Amino acid sequence: MAFTFAAFCYMLALLLTAALIFFAIWHIIAFDELKTDYKNPIDQCNTLNPLVLPEYLIHFFFCVMFFCAAEWLTLVLNLPLLAYHVWRYMSRPVMSCPGLYDPTTIMNADILAYCQKEGWCKLAFYLLSFFYYLYGMIYVLVSS
Amino acid sequence: MSTAGFNSQNGTGPGQAYSNGPSQNPVAIQQLPGVSYGMTHQPPYNPMQAKAPVAPGPGLYHSGYPPVSSYQPGPQLASYSTPPGQPLLTRPQIAGPPLHTPPQSASPSPGPRMPLAQATPPPPAVSSSSYYSNLQQPQPNAQPWQYNPVPAPMGTPPPPNSMSSPPRGPVANHLNPPSSSTAPPPPPSSSTAYSLPQQAYGSHSVTQPPGPGIPPTSLHGYNQPGVAPPPMNPAVSLSYSMVRPTYGPPPTGPPLSGPPPTMKPTPATGPPLANVIPPPLKADGGLPPPGPPGRHLSHYPSLPPGYQNTAAPHKPTAPVHPAMQAAPQPYSQANQPYQQQPHSGPGQAQLSPSLAALSLQSSSPEALRVVNLLQDRNLLPPTSVPAPTPCLPHDLQKVNCSPEVFRCTLTSIPQTQSLLNKAKMPLGLLLHPFKDLSQLPVVTSSTIVRCRSCRTYINPFVSFLDQRKWTCNLCYRVNDVPEEFMYNPVSRSYGEPHKRPEVQNATIEFIASSEYMLRPPQPAVYLFILDVSHNAVETGYLNVFCQSLLDNINALPGDSRTKIGFITFDSTIHFYNLQEGLSQPQMLIVSDIEDIFLPTPDSLLVNLNECKELVQDLLKSLPTLFEKTMETQSALGSALQAAFKLLSPTGGRMSVFQTQLPNLGVGALQSREDPNQRASAKDIQHLSPATDFYKKLALDCSGQHIAVDLFLLSSRYCDLASLGCISRYSAGSVHYYPSYHQQHNPAQVERFQKDLKRYLTRKIGFEAVMRIRCTKGLSIHTFHGNFFVRSTDLLSLPNVNPDAGFAVQMSIEENLNDMQVVSFQAALLYTSSKGERRIRVHTLCLPVVNSLSDIFAGADMQAMTGLLACMAVDRSVSASLSDARDALTNAAIDSLSSYRHSVLTIQQPGLLSPACLRLFPLYVLALLKQKAFRTGTSTRLDERVFAMCQLKYQPLAYAMLMIHPALYRIDDLTDEGALNINDRTIPQPRVLQLSAENLSTEAAFLMDAGTVMYLRVGKNCNPIFLNQVLGVPSYAAVPDNLYLLPELDTAESQRTRAFIGWLKDQRPFFPTLHVIRDESQLKPSFMQNLIEDRTESALSYYEFLLHLQQQISK
Repeated sequence: MAFTFAAFCYMLALLLTAALIFFAIWHIIAFDELKTDYKNPIDQCNTLNPLVLPEYLIHFFFCVMFFCAAEWLTLVLNLPLLAYHVWRYMSRPVMSCPGLYDPTTIMNADILAYCQKEGWCKLAFYLLSFFYYLYGMIYVLVSS
Repeated sequence: MSTAGFNSQNGTGPGQAYSNGPSQNPVAIQQLPGVSYGMTHQPPYNPMQAKAPVAPGPGLYHSGYPPVSSYQPGPQLASYSTPPGQPLLTRPQIAGPPLHTPPQSASPSPGPRMPLAQATPPPPAVSSSSYYSNLQQPQPNAQPWQYNPVPAPMGTPPPPNSMSSPPRGPVANHLNPPSSSTAPPPPPSSSTAYSLPQQAYGSHSVTQPPGPGIPPTSLHGYNQPGVAPPPMNPAVSLSYSMVRPTYGPPPTGPPLSGPPPTMKPTPATGPPLANVIPPPLKADGGLPPPGPPGRHLSHYPSLPPGYQNTAAPHKPTAPVHPAMQAAPQPYSQANQPYQQQPHSGPGQAQLSPSLAALSLQSSSPEALRVVNLLQDRNLLPPTSVPAPTPCLPHDLQKVNCSPEVFRCTLTSIPQTQSLLNKAKMPLGLLLHPFKDLSQLPVVTSSTIVRCRSCRTYINPFVSFLDQRKWTCNLCYRVNDVPEEFMYNPVSRSYGEPHKRPEVQNATIEFIASSEYMLRPPQPAVYLFILDVSHNAVETGYLNVFCQSLLDNINALPGDSRTKIGFITFDSTIHFYNLQEGLSQPQMLIVSDIEDIFLPTPDSLLVNLNECKELVQDLLKSLPTLFEKTMETQSALGSALQAAFKLLSPTGGRMSVFQTQLPNLGVGALQSREDPNQRASAKDIQHLSPATDFYKKLALDCSGQHIAVDLFLLSSRYCDLASLGCISRYSAGSVHYYPSYHQQHNPAQVERFQKDLKRYLTRKIGFEAVMRIRCTKGLSIHTFHGNFFVRSTDLLSLPNVNPDAGFAVQMSIEENLNDMQVVSFQAALLYTSSKGERRIRVHTLCLPVVNSLSDIFAGADMQAMTGLLACMAVDRSVSASLSDARDALTNAAIDSLSSYRHSVLTIQQPGLLSPACLRLFPLYVLALLKQKAFRTGTSTRLDERVFAMCQLKYQPLAYAMLMIHPALYRIDDLTDEGALNINDRTIPQPRVLQLSAENLSTEAAFLMDAGTVMYLRVGKNCNPIFLNQVLGVPSYAAVPDNLYLLPELDTAESQRTRAFIGWLKDQRPFFPTLHVIRDESQLKPSFMQNLIEDRTESALSYYEFLLHLQQQISK
């Protein structure tokens, strides 16, 4: 039993994923607030937009870590989300500041529903991967 | 009530009486304020008024001229026998054969519609009557609706309605007298009225009984209204619906609205509006016809659009093969006698299947009459296409919102989303909430009655459980009736809450109390931002602008607090200090455009009344001030930022005049258009903004209640896609004058001048918000128009103007199984230019249906087209133009294939469409060939983007002209069938199909495309026309740039000018008129509007239909 780099990656990923879970929950709540009229879309977009890039970067960061640790299976599991993030950011509306959400279109029922669905899917993904990382960490620790 | 108001649009006439009624009441209603307010501000343009006159016209026409019969199909006419034709037209006759008329009137929903359309009612009635006559005939098949199935019950119910209805419409009253003689009293309905409300939801049967039993009574009812209007209750109406949930239009219930008392007297005396003839028609069926019948009305060619309740579909009397049916239609062009159609039409083989289909559908309404689009060519109604009438009980429909204000793509709402998906038609609303209305009840009340849970305003479609309780029609909560509401200011009686104006009018305005203010009402604030670069001075627009503002400075809406300010800019920003006490305006130049600041904080925006002389001085000197400027750059972004800073403490309106691409400082743009790619590019690029600067600024403006109106006068590319955002998200408007130049383009100058006048003097509402509520189960999907969406049902409108239209896509979230009707309510809260906080509320009520055929029968093809256009604009920006075009084509394919596969029980060859959708494929093709969506033709990017803005922003009526222009032959105008408005005779030529085959070199044609009109003179045009109208001796002498008809003192000239003037009066902004010859430069644009013809890059209508058919049969 040794504390390898891979084990370190998993531990880090575990912590970061916990953070991502909070991000996802935050998004879900924010869009729900929009839908129920509690918040002004401009304010909401202003609070959400700064969080988008950090989330993507965190995810990208531990993908790189897994790459370095040669944890291929874990990396492959994360690649689709990574690709999605890249695509999502490439196809964002014309904006001068970082972020994805445009207050003028966010209230469109389709876009709002899409964002909510995206939030739930990400939450599920992060939760599953949280436990996977936990398992992976223990497995690495035990097996090495 | 509402109907009365609308009808009265004439303004001068009886209509006002109504409004006065409520207003007179000291207690609750301010009469004059409302009325006067509206009137004063918008004198120039009153669409309603224009229409009102029309109504009379038709009536006159019919009554006066037997020719009506001519319209009806020759052969069929015979079947009708004489009675039908005449009864329709002349009131007296109807009375004679009461039997026929009553049923008819009842069935046709025209009554309800009438209120809405104002003008419409009379004609419908007529038509309806005609249909009835048919009833007697042995072959009822063709007319599914009312004839066979439930003749007696249906027929009877209407009568009651008729009774009620008469009071409402002034028009009706006129006619009534004759009918009254025959008719017995219609007491039943009225008496029941109060109790009925409760029944509404509970028992359906109650109301019906009276109906069937007493067909003749209806007539009486008719008469009675004159005597004593049965006012009444919404509740009754509800009961109605219960009876015939789906189409059973037969209105049994008593009339909802109490017609204004004032109105009643009129009938006997004769119409106040001498001109208006409508009364007679109306009298017949107009009022009575509650049901679906409206649709049938269209027979008369001469009817103005508004008047015809029923859509084009004529009623096929009997099961006839399609070609035959077409014949009867009034539409058939003069050139092509309907008789011809049969020849060209389908052979015998085809006949039988269509007959079969018809007979199967015998019980369906006229709207579902099967039309084979490949065979029936002449489907255009002779005038404009009327909006379909919802199949509501008469008393509900009578108080329903006018389709000009509030319209739904499906006048019968599907019960479930899956049903809607199956029908494959878009569901949405089209709104014109701030439309100029000459009759608008205004209520001042310390408590505005609203539902406690959903905040819905009380409206005619709520139900009263008893005198103290009412049930909200949106959320079904039971609310208390406040004490104050028990008193009715109109009748000055106590204990009749259901007779209050709020419950009698679907369109009403409240004066709001301070609860509705977040801050004290703002004053009217106008800031003008003028481009004074070399390019701008070159175009010479400054002169026109300054002169227009000088002329209209006293007509600017506002009060003693009105503020005004000016900013000019080129590469620097110039402010004008207009502080009181200065001897002349002082110009302050800020050259630091990167970090803009206001040179003096408080004297740039000044009180108009106190500083009027300084303002006038400035306007006089402004054009000369920059005469010699050589500055070519434009720092628009900085100027807007400065203006934002200036206005943000108060809010208000910015009017930006821009003549070139902004190229300096923040918000600078680059030219993105490659002119060589205009025609050849596979897909159009750059439809979306290049920067979000303008959008962000617009959102900031929106937050501070500032709207930005953009006037773009440029011959070069200005990137409207980016610039337009500034108006789009701040609820402003965009005006575009391509190739504006004071010398080279006089037509454009005139248009600019006239538009400015309208723009400066039209009504305006500040710091507005609009909320759209709908019955539980429905939800709003997307909004279209210029605004910022602040929450799921709330639009933030820093300014609202009478020329703004909105569209809303709806979805059905929960099943509407246990509902008979659903309602939509649009409430617009705004600050008037007098500093009053007001709420304008429109409520629309529609039936819920559960069968596909009913959904199709209620489809409104124009509204669908308008909504689809909005959706297509969104699609072209978010995806691509080709995507949007495909989606448009698919919309036509989907709806027709759904109809074919789900509704038609017998398959037959051809491209089949229900009559209510018969023009839908044509409109879709027109959209594909519209500037906004066309491909393969050289279209400047700015013009394309502007067309897209217009499609989203314009009210439906104007947008439809852009999509499908109207073509008239005007060298042979006659007074036959003419309207008579204000002592002017307005000829009414028929609308021709947009095909070159209708053009001839021996005639002159007028094409009305909304913002532009073309008068095409044929090579061998009648010399009399050239002489008497154009004032030229020969064709060769027609000048190239003629844009104004000479005022000649000849009958032909007067007729032509009257007609064109009448068309112009119907819209807020001024269309330019171009007289073109075969050699003219503008001929291509004229020809491009002939959308039924083939062009190099687009299909002809027939080819398009074949394409649809191919796709459908796959």
